[in-house]
Amino acid sequence: MDITFENVSYTYQRNTPFEHKALEDLSFHIKSGSFVAIVGHTGSGKSTLISHLNGLSIPTDGKVKVGKYLLTHDEKPGDLKELRSKVGVVFQYPEHQLFEETIEKDIGFGPENFGVSESEIKERTHEALSAVGLSETLLDRSPFDLSGGQMRRVAIAGVLAIKPDILVLDEPTAGLDPRGQKEIMDMFYRLHQEQSLTTVLVTHSMEDALKYADHVIILNKGKKYLEGTPEDVFVQKDALKQVQLDVPEIVQFIASFNHKFNTSIPFSNQSTEQLAKQIKQALIGDELE
Amino acid sequence: MNNSLIIGQYVPGNSIVHRLDPRTKITIIFFFVFIVFFANNLPSYAILVAFAFASMFASKVPIRFILKGLTPVWFLIIFTFLLHLFVTKEGTLVFDLWIFKFYSGGVIRGIAIAIRFFLLILVTSLLTLTTTPIEITDAIEDMLGPLKKIKFPVHELALMMSISLRFIPTLMQETDKISRAQASRGVDFRTGPIKDRIKAVIPLLVPLFVSAFKRAEELAMAMEARGYQGGEGRSKLRELKIEKMDIFVYIIFIVVIILLFVTRTYG
Amino acid sequence: MAGNLIEFKDVSFRYSEQDPWVLKNVTFTIKEDEWVAIIGHNGSGKSTIAKLINGLLFPQEGEILIGGKKVTEDSIWDIRKDVGMVFQNPDNQFVGATVQDDVAFGMENRGITREVMVERIQSTLEAVGMSDYQFTEPHRLSGGQKQRVAIAGVLAISPRVLILDEATAMLDPNGRKEIMQTVSQLQSKQGLALITITHDLQEVVQANRVIVMNKGEVWKESVPREIFTEKEELRKIGLDVPFVTTLADALKDIGVSISKEPLNHEELLEELWTLHLRT
Repeated sequence: MDITFENVSYTYQRNTPFEHKALEDLSFHIKSGSFVAIVGHTGSGKSTLISHLNGLSIPTDGKVKVGKYLLTHDEKPGDLKELRSKVGVVFQYPEHQLFEETIEKDIGFGPENFGVSESEIKERTHEALSAVGLSETLLDRSPFDLSGGQMRRVAIAGVLAIKPDILVLDEPTAGLDPRGQKEIMDMFYRLHQEQSLTTVLVTHSMEDALKYADHVIILNKGKKYLEGTPEDVFVQKDALKQVQLDVPEIVQFIASFNHKFNTSIPFSNQSTEQLAKQIKQALIGDELE
Repeated sequence: MNNSLIIGQYVPGNSIVHRLDPRTKITIIFFFVFIVFFANNLPSYAILVAFAFASMFASKVPIRFILKGLTPVWFLIIFTFLLHLFVTKEGTLVFDLWIFKFYSGGVIRGIAIAIRFFLLILVTSLLTLTTTPIEITDAIEDMLGPLKKIKFPVHELALMMSISLRFIPTLMQETDKISRAQASRGVDFRTGPIKDRIKAVIPLLVPLFVSAFKRAEELAMAMEARGYQGGEGRSKLRELKIEKMDIFVYIIFIVVIILLFVTRTYG
Repeated sequence: MAGNLIEFKDVSFRYSEQDPWVLKNVTFTIKEDEWVAIIGHNGSGKSTIAKLINGLLFPQEGEILIGGKKVTEDSIWDIRKDVGMVFQNPDNQFVGATVQDDVAFGMENRGITREVMVERIQSTLEAVGMSDYQFTEPHRLSGGQKQRVAIAGVLAISPRVLILDEATAMLDPNGRKEIMQTVSQLQSKQGLALITITHDLQEVVQANRVIVMNKGEVWKESVPREIFTEKEELRKIGLDVPFVTTLADALKDIGVSISKEPLNHEELLEELWTLHLRT
């Protein structure tokens, strides 16, 4: 499903002394099937943005279109439940949403709310469990008996079981150790490709945005600050620095290298091995001149 | 996002009333509640009304905040007024229509009771409007101090209160977060039959309790690591001090009491 | 030479007889004014070490000495005066109604007089760069700011060692930077020992020494540079190596001779520069 924001603004507690503009005149378009990273500081409006994707928030101004669903301030929104069955959201620390007695019931909770048949729920539960890499023997256990990392996987399985077309991920790896982070992100990337999902990843990690996304939107103070492919966005070191964001390390290193050796190795989202070759060539090439 | 949150109804300010020692405020309100019932004629009521309004203006709290605090009790005030109007059969008949027979005594008593009610609520809400919950806690801990002698856990009670206050915004944020997560999983908190809506609370309450317990556990550990061993041998950063202003206010209040007893009629 | 501040002698710990060992025969020492980073994957036992140091837990086997004193039920209150801890969740360790109340909490517990408290609140908040927030309520602070307040609260009781138990794990990159900057400044100025517990290898670069934990055992103990040479093994135990060391390896693989394991960009660039001058 395509996602379109047209001049979207969102204001908390409008017309009170505490009025706070979380989003301001935000416009962008996300093509169906793309993997988009939304990057920005805490308080840049990322969370408010994603709450518009499934109608948890309705814009105070402007239009949000998600597939055939239209969200505006003036019109009463259509069937939000149907929209929410198409947009799965993995919130930050999703393990905090677990509540059922067994893991099986918790994973089936979403589909049940959306009126999926019992036999179908069973099937989806098994699928989702294997997608997140947990054993079926756990199904009868309480989710609260698991380790933190496993609880998170159960919570993610609960969102996957909804079988959404759009998967929204709000810092899904926060608090995990490096291996856990990599496993979870690789899993989402695999699902994204296998099920041709539209994936929206909210992250602080430039490295993850670079590694997984094909489109990047940088938010600053509720406004769109930069947008484009990772290759285009992440080379804008000065612009990013101005809003206290770092460029990915590899971009940083290439820039320092080019500066010091007076070379012009371009950043093309190359692998570390490719970069090593380019550096070697630059050093030798230099010598030949 | 929750920066706007006001705990209780405290309105920040720096007026005389704000700066008074919370113990002074609590003491005066405590006695005010008593003396309100001693007023029995026009001058005595006038004195009380004057005192309450003077306090209100001195607090510099915008009237709309005060009125907002009164909204839930208007009904009660009007109800008691009407009750007295209907029930009291003293004085002369002033109004007579069908079953409605109002006597002058009823009108006067109704007004008197309504004024008492209004004053009580006005003055007590001034306390919460001008005093932070933590100051009230400090004052209560201090004033209950003598109860420590009979092993009443005054310090523990005050600590519990202040920690609860501290965690109200945190838990509100948490509630918001979890309800969004469950709404995304198809829970409908707003529409549908009552039975379904009650059921919808479970996916919200269970995670809230789980998280509150986890927080409590971690907080207890952090407190222990920072050397907390109960109230004994503890010093305090927060200090309550009776200033000149407090003494001045006490004197005014005593004058009010004396005037009240002078003007009130006996017998 | 500085003396030993913390000694772990053959320490083993488990929560109960039925449970597996969380720590097995752990032995190490930490000196006064040393910065030691303890790293390991989640569940490697690294946080248990912190809780053993100040007697929130007690080992079943072995003994722990802090400044020569054995950690026992009787000594914990003295030991907690020497050992300050900052935990992972910024919200769940903030006790006070405002910043200054929270900084005062530890001092109040020790019966420190009001005059001294007021003075130390000023100086410690300044040390962590939070002077402007003395009267602010916790829900108006960012995670990084709350953690800095927690550090100030610990400094106020002038401990001999400050332990950061995954204190940056829940923060965003800016919060993480704030804390790491604060911490390295403190360590150079205040002359106290520092233990940072983390799973982020970026955060161990500045430490004097690194203890790598794996499955409850000390897997390796060395200076950061030495640790980074074992990339494959680090990855195997669930850790991630910094970008520069990966790049240095890739360069070595294709015949560029890198003699010293680089810890940051500047070191690798410097190395390449000397190489460039020689050719």
